[in-house]
Amino acid sequence: MNKDIVIAAQASLLSCSICHLVTRKPRNIGKGTIYCPRCGERLHGRKPESLSRTWALVISAIIFYIPANVLPIMTVTSLGSVESDTIISGVIYFIKTGMWPIALVIFVASIFVPILKFLILLFLLISTQVKSQWRPKERTRLYRIIESIGRWSMVDIFVVTLMAALVKLGALADIEAAPGAIYFAAVVVITIFAAMSFDPRLIWDNLE
Amino acid sequence: MIACHDCDLVYRLRPMPEGATAICTRCGAILYAHKKDSLDRTLALVIAGLILFFVSNMFPLLGMKDGSLIMETTLIQGVTTLYNQGMTELSLLVLTTCVLAPLIQIFGLLYVLSPLKYNRMAPLTVVIFRFIRKLQPWSMMEVFMLGILVSIVKLAKMGSIIPGLSLYSFAALIIVLAWAVSSLDPHIVWEKIETRVKRKGRA
Repeated sequence: MNKDIVIAAQASLLSCSICHLVTRKPRNIGKGTIYCPRCGERLHGRKPESLSRTWALVISAIIFYIPANVLPIMTVTSLGSVESDTIISGVIYFIKTGMWPIALVIFVASIFVPILKFLILLFLLISTQVKSQWRPKERTRLYRIIESIGRWSMVDIFVVTLMAALVKLGALADIEAAPGAIYFAAVVVITIFAAMSFDPRLIWDNLE
Repeated sequence: MIACHDCDLVYRLRPMPEGATAICTRCGAILYAHKKDSLDRTLALVIAGLILFFVSNMFPLLGMKDGSLIMETTLIQGVTTLYNQGMTELSLLVLTTCVLAPLIQIFGLLYVLSPLKYNRMAPLTVVIFRFIRKLQPWSMMEVFMLGILVSIVKLAKMGSIIPGLSLYSFAALIIVLAWAVSSLDPHIVWEKIETRVKRKGRA
């Protein structure tokens, strides 16, 4: 590696994840915890147990993704007839009625983004674990992408919330949130935590 | 000194002109963006956000007309509806991401930044500012706005939609909040806090 550059971890420096202050790692600290002198946040050289935590979260998110798609996310009652909507049936409905832009929004937010997140996280986990040195810059960029797009998957949950609140006329017309929505929300929240627990600096550690 | 949060490369931070952004040469991450008039701009936008927040939550967001029936809803009613349908977890999630997180963010920034502007520091500033920085990713109002638009299209087949008063203030709130967050320069705030703490220690 280039001799002119300094890597914080190799120089016994700790960078605060919240306020970004760089401090020198005290000697003989043993297993004690170090706190940031400026903001009081716990300091770690790398995010603790990053790979195993991210693995655990990704696997649980993938498991939850199954009921999230199989179970209905809402039930629509109108004039006595009950209809269940899953995430996919929502997209299909919009495609059939010709509302392409909305179909695209729902498809990207609820299907494309979660699957993309699974794939990228799995790719990052595996490539980091086998100590790959392949294109670290691009892999870091992939990490930044999943870190920022995850939140948009919440759209469907908010849609269910609004529709359930607005349509309540008893037997005439009624919309209720269904269990699939809980699983789907769990997928979104767990993948956000998974992205947070992955440490992109591990990608670069493999270059040393 | 600053270390890249994505690849751990260490840089010596040099003074930068306002509006400049430092990018990591190795991985391309944004190291630090020096924002223009950060404190003043963020404070002004947060105050605007506070007003808009209350307007947005006091008036109905959407209404629907079906024959002679008119139904209306606010954001909070959406949360209580979910709760009443037995979706406790879901209602808490919506409450946190669309009401609590933005509200705490608004009040927290107001509490931390307004004394700092006059070179004073309110008690617990460090703890509160750290908390709002951590809460940041959980404030999802802009995603909710997209949810509103999708709902409008979905509900259009069931009756005619009446946009509520708070729909407009909500749209404005999202712009104001996003702007406030992007004009905030946490680096400057932490530095100000650090000098205040040091001065207090000496006195």
